[in-house]
Amino acid sequence: MNLFYLVAFLSIFFSLLVIFTKNPVYSVLYLIVTFFTFSIHYILLNAQFLAIVNFIVYMGAILVLFLYVLMLLNLNKESEPMKSNLLKVAGVIAGLCLLLTLAGSLKLVHVSDPVLLKNPDIGLVKNLGKVLFKDFLLPFEVSSILLLAAMVGAVLLAKKDPNNV
Amino acid sequence: MELAFVIEKVVLVTVIFLITLGIAAYSTLAERKIAGFIQGRVGPHRAGPSGMFQPLADGGKMFFKEEIIPAESNPWLFIAGPCLALLTASIGSAVIPWGQDLVIGDRVIQLQVADINVGILYIFGIVSLGVYGIMIGGWASNNKYSLMGAIRAASQNISYEIAMGLSLIALLMVTQTLSLRGIAEQQAGFWQNGWFSWNVFCQPLGFLIFLVCSFAECNRTPFDLPESENELVAGYHTEYSGFKLGAFLFSEYINMFVASAVMSTLYFGGYNFPFMNHLGLSDNVVTILGVVFLFAKIFFFIFFFMWIRWTIPRFRYDQLMNLGWKVLIPLSIANIVLTGIWITVKDLM
Repeated sequence: MNLFYLVAFLSIFFSLLVIFTKNPVYSVLYLIVTFFTFSIHYILLNAQFLAIVNFIVYMGAILVLFLYVLMLLNLNKESEPMKSNLLKVAGVIAGLCLLLTLAGSLKLVHVSDPVLLKNPDIGLVKNLGKVLFKDFLLPFEVSSILLLAAMVGAVLLAKKDPNNV
Repeated sequence: MELAFVIEKVVLVTVIFLITLGIAAYSTLAERKIAGFIQGRVGPHRAGPSGMFQPLADGGKMFFKEEIIPAESNPWLFIAGPCLALLTASIGSAVIPWGQDLVIGDRVIQLQVADINVGILYIFGIVSLGVYGIMIGGWASNNKYSLMGAIRAASQNISYEIAMGLSLIALLMVTQTLSLRGIAEQQAGFWQNGWFSWNVFCQPLGFLIFLVCSFAECNRTPFDLPESENELVAGYHTEYSGFKLGAFLFSEYINMFVASAVMSTLYFGGYNFPFMNHLGLSDNVVTILGVVFLFAKIFFFIFFFMWIRWTIPRFRYDQLMNLGWKVLIPLSIANIVLTGIWITVKDLM
């Protein structure tokens, strides 16, 4: 339990650093550390497969692309576009509204009873695979079609001349 | 968690780490000797008998060179880059089974640091992290050549990871386990049920794709575009000197060692060797012989990496991307389909 609090603290700490650092490359690096702490959370929950998939997909692929784009753009203080004051005020108002909504909805929430999983090993590869391919086969296949459609769409958008496909 | 278990694991980790460093150090000598052999030269032969102490001399030179941190660079990340490269290179060997169990008295000693049930995915995750050291180091140098090298490394790794993952999926369909120990145990001996038991004979195409991708992931020739010296001076490590440069070069050799170990385990039977159960030897002797055979396979693959370096010239960048996306990925998908058909037919018969 103590380990959980330490890791939870680290997750929140690094995700705050993601927001508060000025340099976008530092932000991405802190985001990598944040995702690493998420992987530790999954391992603490005995979900090894999710932990390692989070590791591969988010830390190993998506954030590499983030870093890639940021390095390619080479953003820094001089080249960052200055936002107008009107935009800043609008941002503050929108943020406060979001905070108000969150606070209001959190007041309504009551502490749920802890749910004990019937099978604590559900996060292991074998059990997860059985659940995915037996109980949730249709949603699984539908989501894979969704991903395929997104991929084809991205390729189509990236083509220079849409008439020449 | 008893004390003996902890001591056993600590000793194992230390030994593996030292062996890794030793092999990486002597790979630098082997590389130059093999280069010399292939080009009809002698290679380094001044330090010690036939150049045996050349790695020590190189290491000493690296230590005593002046460390330069460029004025306009980002000092923290500039140091973090090579550290990260060395770290991610060294942790990959944790899940590789180096041999069967050793039995000493009542204790059964597993020659593997961690037998986790997602072993392959762990290796895959470590491989995908490997690019961060290069990217961070290249970006922090604040040099256009370094940045180009870092960006090339990132796009190359991302592209070849896909084909590598797909070729692994076909292997997993055959082995039906993600644990490296389980995969090594399935390939016991050399001949089983009327066919070779090593996975390379069930998955020849998958092995070929995996081999090409591991060349790309280790940034070895013909895929060494991140540091191609005739285009980018020295690529991502242009600004590095002293031991930080050494760390980058060293991590490449460690990566090569780990990649060779993974290929031997996944496709070439790991610690298994022909007739291992028919020689009438005691279990411990078979285990030790197995470790020797595993290292022989690893050394062969390291030699293969060096052999290719002096055989195939570097690709152009568009050729690299074409090979990755238009050849290897479709091939590995076809391999998955073929494997699926083969398994179904085998089950029906």
